Amino acid sequence: MPRWGMVIDLDKCTGCGACVAACKQENNVAYNTPEEAERGRTLSWINIMTEVEGEYPHLRVRYLPLPCMHCDNPPCIKVCPVRATYKADNGIVAQIYPRCIGCRYCMAACPYTVKDFNWFEPQWDPEIKKTTNPDVSLRPKGVVEKCTFCHHRLIKAREQAALEGREMLEEEYQPACVETCPANAMFFGDLDDPNSIVARLSRSPRAFRLMEDLGTEPKVYYLSEGEKII
Amino acid sequence: MGYDPDEILYKPIEKPSPVFWYTVAGLLVIIGWALFMYVRQLYLGLGVTGMNQPVSWGFYIVNFVFFIGISHAGTLISAILRLSKAEWRRPITRMAEVITAIVLAIGGLHPIIDLGRPDRLLNIFRTGRLQSPLLWDVTSITAYFTASTVYLYIPLIPDIAILRDRGAKPQWLYKFLSWGYQGTERQKHVLERAMNILMVMVIPIAVSVHTVISYIFSMTLQPGWHSTIFGPYFVVGAIFSGIAALLIVMIAFRKVFHFEAYLKEVHFRYLGNLLLIMSLLWFYFTFSEYLTGYFGHEPFEMRVFFYKFSGKYAPYYWGMVMCNFVIPVLILSFKKTKRIPGILIAAIAVTIGMWLERLIIVVPSLANTRLPYPTGIYVPSLVEWSLLIGAVSVFVLGFVLFSRFFPLISVWEIKEGRETSVKEVSERLESYLPDTESVRY
Ligand code: SF4
Ligand code: SF4
Repeated sequence: MPRWGMVIDLDKCTGCGACVAACKQENNVAYNTPEEAERGRTLSWINIMTEVEGEYPHLRVRYLPLPCMHCDNPPCIKVCPVRATYKADNGIVAQIYPRCIGCRYCMAACPYTVKDFNWFEPQWDPEIKKTTNPDVSLRPKGVVEKCTFCHHRLIKAREQAALEGREMLEEEYQPACVETCPANAMFFGDLDDPNSIVARLSRSPRAFRLMEDLGTEPKVYYLSEGEKII
Repeated sequence: MGYDPDEILYKPIEKPSPVFWYTVAGLLVIIGWALFMYVRQLYLGLGVTGMNQPVSWGFYIVNFVFFIGISHAGTLISAILRLSKAEWRRPITRMAEVITAIVLAIGGLHPIIDLGRPDRLLNIFRTGRLQSPLLWDVTSITAYFTASTVYLYIPLIPDIAILRDRGAKPQWLYKFLSWGYQGTERQKHVLERAMNILMVMVIPIAVSVHTVISYIFSMTLQPGWHSTIFGPYFVVGAIFSGIAALLIVMIAFRKVFHFEAYLKEVHFRYLGNLLLIMSLLWFYFTFSEYLTGYFGHEPFEMRVFFYKFSGKYAPYYWGMVMCNFVIPVLILSFKKTKRIPGILIAAIAVTIGMWLERLIIVVPSLANTRLPYPTGIYVPSLVEWSLLIGAVSVFVLGFVLFSRFFPLISVWEIKEGRETSVKEVSERLESYLPDTESVRY
């Protein structure tokens, strides 16, 4: 069984936001009015955190794309009263939208603050509504959602391979953000396969994970030459 | 029937004043408004509240913890007083038990109000995970509610029987609820046994309830929540706020129904002592909790800490310290101020202070995320305020309705006190004294 993981090279990331846009489109993430966004109700499965260092004029801005870490020991699933969020055998932490009762306990328990809640009935631009991705279900109001590592793409790739009577290749399953990144800063693959690119990169001396001391065992690695950001 | 010295206790039931109806009507208007606001929230979504990301819990969870805390007034205090044979408990226990039953129902509804999908509530039974602290809550609150309503009802039976025999209306209600109680020796015996069993049972359940509520927070890894003393800290706070609520209720009904002869200065003084002890205990816990946090100086912990001490939540934090510690300790330490008006002020202060404490526990930890996320701001909306006021109105309404149909002071226990306890207590007292024969040199 593979253990899917991601590596993001912060030294390459330009903070362009292409991953955020690609993710929104791929996963039918609803739109928000600017007023709602102002109030902290943005729905976005991957966010770009910015950190400004130093004093003007010696400013340095650092970017950190933040999807769900798909923790191997996820604090979020432990607290869910109805098992509407769980860790699959392949390590992906998934949500079951039709089951979630919207208690938001998982949001409170996630140390990375990556879960989003549908505060209102989700809305799309009428034009975009026509072109939603049929592979991803639309969420109703009142449930929690988050990054799934584009899990539907895995299913699709697996089925395609089965149809052709062969093993699925690792490259066939890539999340939308990784596929889009124009700076080639994101990598995705099987962390348990020692030869995969993500496994090799995760062993690099530049590699670190966020809040490793919490013991959540995130499966998203970051690469950075400088000292750890967080 | 001859002259009954406790005539005044039946008065609210047999000759209700017109004020009763005005009060009920007024409260119903407020509750109707709150209900309207809730339906609107159901229809539009939780976006109508002030909650957001990262402050994904707000007033509803605060009120949940607060109301369930108040519920410890009742059953716990009345059980402890009964168990320890404190004779002064007699006019108090009933009110304490009523508080518990009403407030538990209100508190228990709050997590449901807070759900994004209350229509799927039954998933808790369909696909529930007993590993989730929320399920522990469901279990212990249900147990507590059951136990405390039974514990309210059983000692009420003899009073219902008295009312039935006096011909109070509606007769069918009293006939039905008194279960043919006639006050025979055997019935009395069974009643007492049942009360004894419940009394002992209810104490651990009550303690478990607020411990488990604290676990909702302390089981997560979040700074400011992940604390080992949260269980006892919450229980102490709960009993503390419970006593304060009990005092307010007692003072209010003493005034309204002229119970001065029953609820005497001495009752308030004793309860005031309890309140003082709880205030000191609460301070001890708060001090330990924050000092350990500060001393460790863990960076994330410190962000939450300073958010409370000198940041946005400083007014609430220091307000809480004033209300929970400074005011009650000052008032209750001096004989001069430890009178009913003073005690009322202290009790109101504690109630407000304990509500603030719950707010201070829930919001700052959520607002200060570990990642350099913009710090969250939480401003409760009109909906949340309306539902808070609505919840308080339901509490008052519950009490007013109860007092319309049942005596707020346990009549039979008062009579028992008058008739048998004086003798019993002096005998008991004698048994405490050293036996003269056995004193040898
Ligand atoms: S990052 Fe948060 S939501 Fe994702 S698996 Fe870890 S705890 Fe759960
Ligand atoms: S919000 Fe949904 S997924 Fe999260 S803990 Fe509650 S029921 Fe589970």
